Amino acid sequence: MSAAGTYTPKPGAAPLPRMIAAQAALETKMLLRNGEQLLLTVVIPTLLLVLFSAVDIVDTGEGEAVDFLAPGILALAVMSTAFTGQAIATGFERRYGVLKRLGASPLPRWGLMAAKTLSVLVTEVLQIVLLTVIALALGWSPHGNPVSVLLLLVLGTAAFSGLGLLMAGTLKAEATLAAANLVFLLLLVGGGVIVPLDKFPDAAQSLLGLLPIAALSDGLRDVLRHGAGLPWADLGILAVWAVLGLGAAAKFFRWE
Amino acid sequence: MGAAASLDWSTMRNEPVVQIQGLVKRYGTKTAVDGLDLTAGAGITAVLGPNGAGKTTTIETCEGYRKPDAGAVRVLGLDPVREAGALRPRIGVMLQSGGVYSGARADEMLRHVAKLHAEPLDVTDLIERLGLGSCGRTTYRRLSGGQQQRLALAMAVVGRPDLVFLDEPTAGLDPQARRATWDLVRDLRRDGVGVILTTHHMDEAEELADDVAIIDAGKVIAQGSPDELCRGGAENTLRFTGRPGLDVASLLKALPPDSTAAELMPGAYRVSGTVDPQLLATVTSWCAQHGVMPDRISVERHTLEDVFLELTGKELRG
Repeated sequence: MSAAGTYTPKPGAAPLPRMIAAQAALETKMLLRNGEQLLLTVVIPTLLLVLFSAVDIVDTGEGEAVDFLAPGILALAVMSTAFTGQAIATGFERRYGVLKRLGASPLPRWGLMAAKTLSVLVTEVLQIVLLTVIALALGWSPHGNPVSVLLLLVLGTAAFSGLGLLMAGTLKAEATLAAANLVFLLLLVGGGVIVPLDKFPDAAQSLLGLLPIAALSDGLRDVLRHGAGLPWADLGILAVWAVLGLGAAAKFFRWE
Repeated sequence: MGAAASLDWSTMRNEPVVQIQGLVKRYGTKTAVDGLDLTAGAGITAVLGPNGAGKTTTIETCEGYRKPDAGAVRVLGLDPVREAGALRPRIGVMLQSGGVYSGARADEMLRHVAKLHAEPLDVTDLIERLGLGSCGRTTYRRLSGGQQQRLALAMAVVGRPDLVFLDEPTAGLDPQARRATWDLVRDLRRDGVGVILTTHHMDEAEELADDVAIIDAGKVIAQGSPDELCRGGAENTLRFTGRPGLDVASLLKALPPDSTAAELMPGAYRVSGTVDPQLLATVTSWCAQHGVMPDRISVERHTLEDVFLELTGKELRG
């Protein structure tokens, strides 16, 4: 028994920016609390960066190995959060009715998606700071225009988010979990992250070069290693993936 | 005083919180809701029916989750799909299951839902009132079923809505937790929050509801207060045992005209009709006049379960 008037209606939505900020904060907290997600977004990229810089396992061509690896690992970090992490988390949110329940809250659906994007960006900033510090400690000497780097990271995030959400919104949660991890592994090996694409046969190279991960790592490498201006070809590939992925996700995403 | 109260009540009930006309909803070839009409006023409305009757589909159409294949739905005067932006802040939703991040703690999730509203309830108080304080740092997936249910209920009310939809709010609860939920639902009613709940427990509907809509096979087959529903249909029954071979015809003469009386087995008597205190007094005084000690007097009131059985030929617990 509560005091009379305890539940007297006073309905109303919180201001939209406050709802989106609260949602983004919660999603980021959930991600950072999840052990598997941390493994994917922090532990694996860090280990790969340190291991492959210190030990000469793969021939990375001329110059310091870390100068080749750091841009690839940054691309991997973006993929791990925007694609793999987001796909798995969103897949299970859909499965457990979280998306459904939030769909009846005052937060509009586009606000929920905006919060997800914000949460992905916050996580990426944390990853990039951590990986940059480690790479610098390993002797990395980055070049190029930070604006080009930013543009590549944003387009890469858009491309991977579209694909991740498409997967999460159409497949079962378990299938998303398996597929997102498998794709992560395949793209890690075949996307120019730690293994230069020129190690692959010519025919495979031109095809692999069209993958979003290859475009992102190649573009980042052009700028950060060789000081290139705007890598238009890679930006173009990422833009096409972003449009296709986000378009398909918007069309096929199922909330329940 | 009574007049004022009832006047107030009737004006409240004149403005329906939910109005459904001819609702049809199909999933593939299966028709889940088949031309359903329902009007719910203020207070507590229970939507009662067996599993698969279309309760959840009806509720979820009101919540804006499903688009009707035919018919019209208005909630607080709004179209739940086209005017969702205006409606959502005004309703509270308790899904049948889930709805919470598996890695979130109960207080964390409740505080989050509160943040989405302009003037939410005090979360600390609500946690205490619903006995969720004991959840501590446990994440949602490790909470007991009862704790998960209570959290979902808290999430439905924390935003101080005009109207709440509770889909089987006491499913799987132990009797004590069930009482606590009923108390909260009554408090909501007292404070002027409209409540639409689904249940397949007739005792829950009888206990709580001002208005009961019985649904079967996607249609409302009866609606009214629990008393109205139980009064209709078959009559109530009074049974007693006594000396075999009593003069039933003489008993019948003493009873009101709509009654029947019979000796079912030697010494076992049944009186049917409007079983009220007057009828009971008539039977006992007739026994006294005839030197009969009526033993094992029992009154069987017609329950919603009986009503449902008569209307559909089915047991409610499906």
